Amino acid sequence: MPESSAPIDESDDRTDRTRKAHDTMRQLVQLARADIGESLRARWFLLYTIVFGGVMVGLFISGLTESRIMGFTGLSRLLVTYLQITMAILPIFMLITTVRSVVGDREAGVFEYILALPVGIGAWYWGKLAGRFLVVFFPVIAAMMLAVAYGAVKGVAIPWVDVIYYSGLLASLAWCFLGIGMLISTLSRSTDVAQAAAFITWLVLLLFLDLILLGALIKEGLPAETAIAISLANPMQSFRTAAMLLFDPQLVLLGPAAYVILDNFGRTGYLVWAMTYPIVIGAGTASLGFWIFKRGDYS
Amino acid sequence: MIRCENLRKSFRRTQVLHGIDLDVARGDRIALVGSNGAGKTTLIRCLLGEYTHDGEVVLNGMSPRSNRFEVLRRIGFVPQLPPPLKMTVAQLIDFTAGICDCDPAAMSRVAEQLGLDVSAFGRRPFVKLSGGEKQKLLIGIALGRETDLLIMDEPAANLDPMARQVFFGLLADRLDKVSMLISSHRLDEVASLVNRVVELDRGRVVLDDHVDNRTDMAGLLACRIDLTAPNPAFAKAVAHWNFNADASGVAWTGTVAGPDRLRFLGMLSRYAASLSAIEMKES
Repeated sequence: MPESSAPIDESDDRTDRTRKAHDTMRQLVQLARADIGESLRARWFLLYTIVFGGVMVGLFISGLTESRIMGFTGLSRLLVTYLQITMAILPIFMLITTVRSVVGDREAGVFEYILALPVGIGAWYWGKLAGRFLVVFFPVIAAMMLAVAYGAVKGVAIPWVDVIYYSGLLASLAWCFLGIGMLISTLSRSTDVAQAAAFITWLVLLLFLDLILLGALIKEGLPAETAIAISLANPMQSFRTAAMLLFDPQLVLLGPAAYVILDNFGRTGYLVWAMTYPIVIGAGTASLGFWIFKRGDYS
Repeated sequence: MIRCENLRKSFRRTQVLHGIDLDVARGDRIALVGSNGAGKTTLIRCLLGEYTHDGEVVLNGMSPRSNRFEVLRRIGFVPQLPPPLKMTVAQLIDFTAGICDCDPAAMSRVAEQLGLDVSAFGRRPFVKLSGGEKQKLLIGIALGRETDLLIMDEPAANLDPMARQVFFGLLADRLDKVSMLISSHRLDEVASLVNRVVELDRGRVVLDDHVDNRTDMAGLLACRIDLTAPNPAFAKAVAHWNFNADASGVAWTGTVAGPDRLRFLGMLSRYAASLSAIEMKES
């Protein structure tokens, strides 16, 4: 009967959609796990873990927890330093390892094989992204947790709010550069080109930090607002300023630019901006990468 | 089953496929032959939905680009170059079985039939296997699930004669159920497996013909080769085929898989001057 067939069709459609969504999610998890497994066995991951673990151990050995700067000492001092070092090395590590492995996999025929299996392109791309995010974020956060555990053992007061905020900032920065790395991988057809593009991207962002090119631009008469807008748009700078803001609430170290930032954002507003903006950039570039990848040749 | 209509593919300014028209029916076993750069891999990647293209490609009435899941779950694929995956053999089987929603034990069984001891190799990274072991595992994964179409790029190139014989037998078991597209540089490598040959040259189909396929794919030939005198080079070559010599070293006996007869004769032709008698009997 036509009257009763419509609801049944609708229900079938719904069941079909639910089954497809379930299949996609199952595949995404399988692909993320596979990517995590592949990364854990790769040499770059070993080097990456040694670098971040080594940085933290180095900071302990250097007795940084005993030194004092602007009233900061102990674990807070150590975490701030760790964050500054991470800002310098995390983005380039993320970019180079992501583009190397993604474009390298394509060149080596991994895509040809994996994408000949019945996997959805979305499940594959986002599964890879999720797996990689967990892999690259783990050593960074593990090193920080090592510091927290060390502090707890030594009976040092643990600045939990800072620890949680720093973790969020690091996750945000890692996601941002992962997204940029995936976009570069999608656009590049060879590992050499991808690596060069990744390096140039990192270099440009580094040059636009307040310390380097922005200083020169301001010296040449660039309006302060433009300089600050460039700073705000640079995820590395927003991370750096937010890290600074945690131990220097008046941003004395930043000079006059602090007025613009604090007047327009306020402390909390800027911290929220520094956390969300890189996530948006990462999600945007990763989505753009997916859009381009989906429309092009997969292998 | 497969329909390609005016299939064209370019990479920037280089056109690789120039309007391929191809129809593959159920039961067709096609040797896709051609020299390097003929367009075989590009055609395969178009069929697998991995490349964008102009013209039409339809498998079971669906586009492999827009219906990836439905199309690819019925295709078993063996690549020419095994992917350098770092996951272990057991993980690769579990991963592909999970993705394809099929029984991993069936994949392991086929790989074991081909001579790969999956339980012994289970913890070894796939990338560390030898070329032949990788090939056996990839064939096991492709044949260990229900498919309508097998696409294989030089599948037997790295297999030892024993594994080739098992491989031919496994394909023979599937002749009625599965269509096959087997890519190779040389027709003699795959002639006995197929009932149709399609030759590509610079992106065009230059030959599309049927092949006499009366060869029993699971059959064996009992062979005896007599030499005019012992020949160390011949001994080395024929040892690869698991042949044994008599005490004088001039009479060699062994078996050859039916579909491998052309390849075996090709090997013998290199020693034609040393041969005094050849006997090949279907057993």
